[in-house]
Amino acid sequence: MNKPTARRIDPSQRFKSGVLPYKQMGYWNPDYAPKDSDVLAVFRITPQDGVDPEEAAAAVAGESSTATWTVVWTDRLTDYVHYQAKAYRLDPVPGIPGQYFAYIAYDLDLFEDGSIANLTASIIGNVFGFKPLKALRLEDMRIPPHYLKTFQGPATGIVVERERLNCFGRPLLGATMKPKLGLSGRNYGRVVYEALKGGLDFTKDDENINSQPFMYWRDRYLYCMEGVNKAIGATGEIKGHYLNVTAATMEEMYERAEFARELGSVIIMIDLVIGYTAVQSMAKWARRNSMILHLHRAGHSTYTRQKNHGISFRVIAKWMRMAGVDHIHAGTVVGKLEGDPNIIRGIYDVCREPHVAQNLQHGIFFEQPWASLNKLMPVASGGIHAGQMHQLVSYLGEDVVLQFGGGTIGHPMGIEAGATANRVALEAIIKARNEGRDIWHEGPQILANAARTCTPLSAALDTWKDVTFDYASTDSVDFVPTVTSAG
Amino acid sequence: MRITQGQFSFLPDLTDAEIRLQCAYAIDHGWTVAIEFTDDPHPRNIYWEMWGLPMFGIEDPAGIVLEINACRRAHPHKYIKVVAFDGQRGFESIRMFFIVNRPADEPGFDLVRTEGRGRNTTYTLRPYAADRPPGQRYP
Repeated sequence: MNKPTARRIDPSQRFKSGVLPYKQMGYWNPDYAPKDSDVLAVFRITPQDGVDPEEAAAAVAGESSTATWTVVWTDRLTDYVHYQAKAYRLDPVPGIPGQYFAYIAYDLDLFEDGSIANLTASIIGNVFGFKPLKALRLEDMRIPPHYLKTFQGPATGIVVERERLNCFGRPLLGATMKPKLGLSGRNYGRVVYEALKGGLDFTKDDENINSQPFMYWRDRYLYCMEGVNKAIGATGEIKGHYLNVTAATMEEMYERAEFARELGSVIIMIDLVIGYTAVQSMAKWARRNSMILHLHRAGHSTYTRQKNHGISFRVIAKWMRMAGVDHIHAGTVVGKLEGDPNIIRGIYDVCREPHVAQNLQHGIFFEQPWASLNKLMPVASGGIHAGQMHQLVSYLGEDVVLQFGGGTIGHPMGIEAGATANRVALEAIIKARNEGRDIWHEGPQILANAARTCTPLSAALDTWKDVTFDYASTDSVDFVPTVTSAG
Repeated sequence: MRITQGQFSFLPDLTDAEIRLQCAYAIDHGWTVAIEFTDDPHPRNIYWEMWGLPMFGIEDPAGIVLEINACRRAHPHKYIKVVAFDGQRGFESIRMFFIVNRPADEPGFDLVRTEGRGRNTTYTLRPYAADRPPGQRYP
C-alpha cells in the first residue's frame, strides 16, 4: 500500500488563533496519493464569484471532515493530519465555466463500521450549506472493500431472489396498483389478483400507500395475500405483492413486516423517506426472515435531479446496496421519469455488477469493487408499456423488474389482459433475442407477430403505439474525458 | 389450466427447431444444459427428477434435442423442462428454464384456506394430480 504523503505545515503558522484559509490548514494537498483503504468522493463545486476553486475544494474537504471556521488549538491533541480529509485533485467541468470536480480522500478511521448514517453525516452533513459555494453536488464515491465488508449488503440478492421465485432467464414483471390512493382493501386485492393471474410476477403498493382512512394496512395485507395466493393457484407460479411497511415508527414497521411474514408474503417494501438507519434496520430484519426487501426511492428527485446541486442517484444506489435492500427503482430510460441512457447504465452497473470499472461516459468516476456484497435488482417503473419491450430489454438487460402500472391496469380489455400483453411481449422478445435476432431493429415486427396469436397484446400495441416521453434529461453526463487516473 | 412456469409458457409450445436455438444460446454463453421431469407441478417443488447429469461439455445443441425426445418417450405425460446452469462467479445458478413437455390435461391446483383468528388466513396449494401416487398422476 502506498504511504500517505503528509504535508505538515509549520505549527506556529498553522495554529495561530484566528481564521486561516482551509488550503493553509492542509485540506488541499495535490501531492496526496489516496490509499487503497481511503473513502473517495468527487464533488461538483460551484464557488461563489471570486472564491479560489482550490480553496473551495479545501473547504469542502475541511467541512466534511475535521474543520470548523476558525483555528482550534485542540487539533494539536490529535494526529490531525491523519483525520483531515484531503482534496487531492481539481478538474474544471468540461464545457461548464465556473464548475469544478473536486476529488477528496477520507481516511477509514473517520467512519463507523456499517453505518450509512455515520458515513453520510460526514460526507453530506454540514458542507452542502456552506456559504462560499453557490452549489455543491456529490457525483460519485469509491467505497473501499475494507469498509464495504462492514455492511450487510442486499438481504437476498438477485441470484437467491430468482431461486426463491423459481424465475430465470427473463426480467421480472410487476405493476403498481392504481389509482394510487382511494381503493378499499377489497377492491385493491381484486387488482392484485387480476394482474398476477394475467402473468405478472409481482404487484406493488405505491410509495404513499401506508395505512389511510380508505384502507388500513392490515386489511390491505389480508386482501392482497388472498389475491396473491389465488393467482399462484391459477398459474402454478410463485408470485408476490410488495406490501409497503413504511410507517411512522420502527415499532410499527416491524409489526407490519411481521404480519406480512405470518401471511406468507415473499416480499415487503419500504420508502427511501424512512431514512438510512431505518432502511438498514429493515434490511437486517429481511435477512433474518428470508424476506425480499423492495425500496421505493420516494423523495430522491428533490436532491438527485439538478446537475449543479445535490447528490447523484448513483451515489444513493451505492449507499442502498451497502444498506442492504434487494430492489431499487433505478430508471427506465424510455418512460415518463428522468433518465439519460448513459447515466442509467452507470446506475444499473452500480446495482448489479460485482466490479464496476471507471467509466466517465456513464458517470462512473471511480473503479468500484463490490467485495462479496450481493447484487441489487434494479426496478424500471414509470410510464412504460408493452410496445417498448424490445427497447427495455436492450437498454436494461435481464436482471431487472419491469413495472407496468398504467401499462397493465389501463389496458382496454382489463387488468388480466394488460398483464398477459406484457408477459407475452416479454417472452417473445427474450425468445427472439436468444435466437440471435436483432431485437433493437426487429422489435416492432417481433411484437406484431406475437400479437397475431394474442389479442391482448394486439390491443395494447394499438392503444399505446405512439406514447413516448421524449424530453431532454436534466441529469446528463459531462464527459468526453481526458483521463489520467482518478485513483 | 396451463401452468406458466418458465421463460416461454405464454407462447405457443416451442418446436424442436426453436428448442435447439435456445440450447445453442445457452452453449454459446458457456452454460450447461440439463433436462428434468416431474409429475408434481407445485411451484415450490424445486427438485424435479434429473434426466441424467447436466450435459457438461456438449457442443452440439442437436444432441440436447435428442435427449429431450428420449425423455419425452420415457415420460410422455409428465412436465419436462430444460434448464441452463451458469457456473461463473457471481451467478453459480440457473440462467434459463423453459418447459418442453406437459400433460395433455392439466387439472391445476386446489387452494385450501385455513381460517385463523383475526381474519388471518393460511393458504395451502395442492395439485389435484397429487391425489394419486407418483407415476400414476397423469393418464
